[in-house]
Amino acid sequence: MTTTPTAVPTTTAVAGGIGTSPLRPDGIPKVRGEFAFSGDLHEEGMLWGATVRSPHARARILSIDPAPALAIPGVHAVLTQDDVPGRKTCGQAVKDQPVLADGETRFWGEPVAVVAADDAETAARAAAAVAVRYEPLDALTDPGEAERQGSVFRTMHVVNGDPDRRGEVVVEGYYETGTIDQAMLGTEAGLAVPDGEGGVDLYVATQWIHEDHEQLYASLGVEPGAARIHLSGIGGAFGAREDLTLQIHLCMLALHTGRPVKMVLDRAESFAAHVHRHPSRMWYRHEADPDGTLVRVEAKLIFDGGAYQTTSHAVIANGAYFAMGPYHCESVDVVGIATRTNNPPNGAMRGFGAVQVCFAYEAQMDKLAAALGMDPIDLRLRNALDAGDRLPTTGQVIEGAFPVAEVIRSLAAMPLPDAGPGGDPRHLPGGAGLTTTAADIRRGVGFAVGFKNIAFAESFDDYAEARVTLTPDGLLVETAAAEVGQGMVTVLQQIARTATGIEQVEVAFVDTAAIGSAGSTSASRQTQMTGGAVLEAAEAVRDEALRRAGGGTLSGEGVLRDGVVVATLADVLAEGPITELVRFRHPPTTAPSETGQGDLHAGFSVAAHRAVVDVDPDLGLVRVVQVDTAQDVGKALHPAALVGQLEGGILQGVGMAVMEELRIDDGVVRNASFTDYLLPTILDAPDVEAVLIEEPDHWGPFGAKGVGEPPTISSTAAVVAAIRDATGRDLTRAPVRPEDVAGV
Amino acid sequence: MEIARPTDLAGVLDALDADPAATLLAGGTDLMVEVTYGGRRPASVVALRRVDELATWEGRTIGSGVTWARIEHGPVRALAQAARTVGSPQIRSAGTIGGNLGTASPAGDGLPFLAAVDASVVLASTAGRRTLRWDEFLTGPKQNALQPGEVIVGVELPEHLPERQEFAKIGARNAMVISVASACLVREAGGATRIALGSVGPTPVRARRAEEMISAEPSPSPAAVAEFGRLVAEEVSPITDHRSTAEYRRHASGVLARRLLERCL
Repeated sequence: MTTTPTAVPTTTAVAGGIGTSPLRPDGIPKVRGEFAFSGDLHEEGMLWGATVRSPHARARILSIDPAPALAIPGVHAVLTQDDVPGRKTCGQAVKDQPVLADGETRFWGEPVAVVAADDAETAARAAAAVAVRYEPLDALTDPGEAERQGSVFRTMHVVNGDPDRRGEVVVEGYYETGTIDQAMLGTEAGLAVPDGEGGVDLYVATQWIHEDHEQLYASLGVEPGAARIHLSGIGGAFGAREDLTLQIHLCMLALHTGRPVKMVLDRAESFAAHVHRHPSRMWYRHEADPDGTLVRVEAKLIFDGGAYQTTSHAVIANGAYFAMGPYHCESVDVVGIATRTNNPPNGAMRGFGAVQVCFAYEAQMDKLAAALGMDPIDLRLRNALDAGDRLPTTGQVIEGAFPVAEVIRSLAAMPLPDAGPGGDPRHLPGGAGLTTTAADIRRGVGFAVGFKNIAFAESFDDYAEARVTLTPDGLLVETAAAEVGQGMVTVLQQIARTATGIEQVEVAFVDTAAIGSAGSTSASRQTQMTGGAVLEAAEAVRDEALRRAGGGTLSGEGVLRDGVVVATLADVLAEGPITELVRFRHPPTTAPSETGQGDLHAGFSVAAHRAVVDVDPDLGLVRVVQVDTAQDVGKALHPAALVGQLEGGILQGVGMAVMEELRIDDGVVRNASFTDYLLPTILDAPDVEAVLIEEPDHWGPFGAKGVGEPPTISSTAAVVAAIRDATGRDLTRAPVRPEDVAGV
Repeated sequence: MEIARPTDLAGVLDALDADPAATLLAGGTDLMVEVTYGGRRPASVVALRRVDELATWEGRTIGSGVTWARIEHGPVRALAQAARTVGSPQIRSAGTIGGNLGTASPAGDGLPFLAAVDASVVLASTAGRRTLRWDEFLTGPKQNALQPGEVIVGVELPEHLPERQEFAKIGARNAMVISVASACLVREAGGATRIALGSVGPTPVRARRAEEMISAEPSPSPAAVAEFGRLVAEEVSPITDHRSTAEYRRHASGVLARRLLERCL
């Protein structure tokens, strides 16, 4: 166990290796505004694209007349479904989403047509001028009604253990979570450049260029090699860039006009363009023996997938597999349903199905502790899973590190912050609004534990390619993995340094034609997957260099023996280049049985959060004072970046607990702006203290685990638990609204 | 798009005389959002930022071009408290008190103070000046009495301002948020009390029955304070929208009224 690192000793011979916190190579350019994000792309002679979107949750398209748009000087193209050259639909697992609307629009914001014009303003005017006649149709927007009608993407039924097992102490609960947005700061943006030979190069901010590529060339109707995707600067992702948004549209416009075409969505359109976190409805029944042993959990989950499938099948699977938390239980029966409605599509977001259920099962654990008359932390410890145990839902024996009890104990042992708030009114509930004084508040403390799997599951062939090349100056690492801001670029440098002793490492993000897939930057997987590939490749490069020099130790100056350089890197390279391409795979997983059983997951990570809140019960206002965490990280490769992930994930969890929600009425989003989709400001940000639990995992570089998602899984649950503690109210819905807390 | 960039008030009035329908631009914190997201395309604009006369604050006359950043650090306590709740530091450096009046949003953070002290709004055109009391000027949600060809010169505060004055605003986060409900209360040493509330009616709402009741109480009992809150909650006329519910806004109006009164006792 280590506490929050301030200065971590260098454990390797090379500066900037694993376990240290070197500056990220793109850090200073980003802070200075010199880093080129996808919105900054430029090409001489480029046009600007814009999208016509459906204003209805569901409507029949009677006609589309491009003439008024084409009549505007400077407008070069108006394209519709008829102009999609190849496959008319796209999607990750199921190609059910029209590239452009196919005669009926099924959600508010669905792309109907795209235009290209000389400049952004003209393109926006042209999009507004395309004359679309709609016949509004009845929209199905209630997930409960969708379930009744059988309008579903996937129904899971996870059953394990003796169905007749009953406990003496029973608690039931119903919980809801709202539609949450990733709200990454960089909106969707890209630039497509035709190559003059029928092909196209797309520069775009995305999470998985190879998956995008598969969908892109199919819809363009070109050979795979004729469409190439290059990563451009990515301003955050959190799952919002897993599904295609403007990729095919940009390339269609570029190929049609023969000109480079750029698109940058504004904030309002960004909310319409990408998927959101599934809103959920969850019914739970927990049964325990009087000593606190959890014996049976029943749950029914409805996650609304919206109009198209995207990743709903996998999100609801996660919801079902992780529906009861990291606890033992003899008997489990979980039904998970992903509904199809005319709400905006929901898909990937940090935590991916584990967040919603954690909000419910941790509320249930507190409720059960109260019914048992037990301390809620003791109840969790009594039932905590460990490595080698079977997951009660899927029956999988947990391999690798899974220190649930240690995470709980470590967090519970951390000191609580001082009893009272300070004198600064901005740090009270209501903040700068001066609504509240210290006399008006009650303090509450909440505790929650959450977990999920790392990397892809359910028999998916999950791999990552990376190439490491020795140069006279050092190492070149090539990958197609998306650096979305999380700091993978630094971690890959560190892994290569520690593996080779060479400090000079350049990481190049290369295109779909230059290297194989790295898989998605999602599922907390890149540190282990692309990191694993880089480690193996770097070790092979090191071994070859040492073989050529006849043994010794590798460093940036060359091969050393007894502290003396016996061959420079250039000497080593004289007999030919040294380059190693590795395709890294994690241990295989199986497909689920009909009852959701199997070795479905490659590994797990657990985290716990303890929130301290000050609540103004009369006004229902909340100030989250502190959120402390203990997280199972395997090995902290870059302690500062790791803590940054914990803090950022916690803040995202705080947002979902007290303010973030897309307000959707009859399928129409009412708050598609940062004016009304509220993200926490620095005045809303709690202090964070972190304990890192370092037990090496069974695969991945140096035992490290992915750390991106766990901070978001149980932080929401902990904050709401703390508000319950302060107010005594049930608060079964996240985000908690002031009127819920005030009870009006 | 035609843009006039006058450097004095006479220039503004001439520009408006020539083009009475021109859109007035000061800090742009409302207008530019409408342009960017609302599709508004003004045919012509008169830019006011270069007009020093509008950005002056002399005694009880606050020029329409005075920014929230200045007001936040100015001498009028409750108005400064309100100014601190306007947007972010960048928005406060650009946005002006005249913009609050021009936009006339029910959620305008500066408006409850102006209503509580019965401030007046000074308008000018080439035809001359006129002065309207706040409730003559603010006529509805996003509606005011400004006529084509007119510009808001500034705000006139009464000669005497009560020393005891407090403002508070509720939003769903702790800074940089649009008001769900806000209130400004001013009280004389003798007990005379006025309260105005924002975001709970089409324009700022004065709770006059509550004012009358509490003004008669030189040292109100807890029961009188509670009754004051109850009356205020009765007198507001909030709506339910995507930011909050009518029930919560009504409830919160009463709570804010009680708390602000207690702070002024």
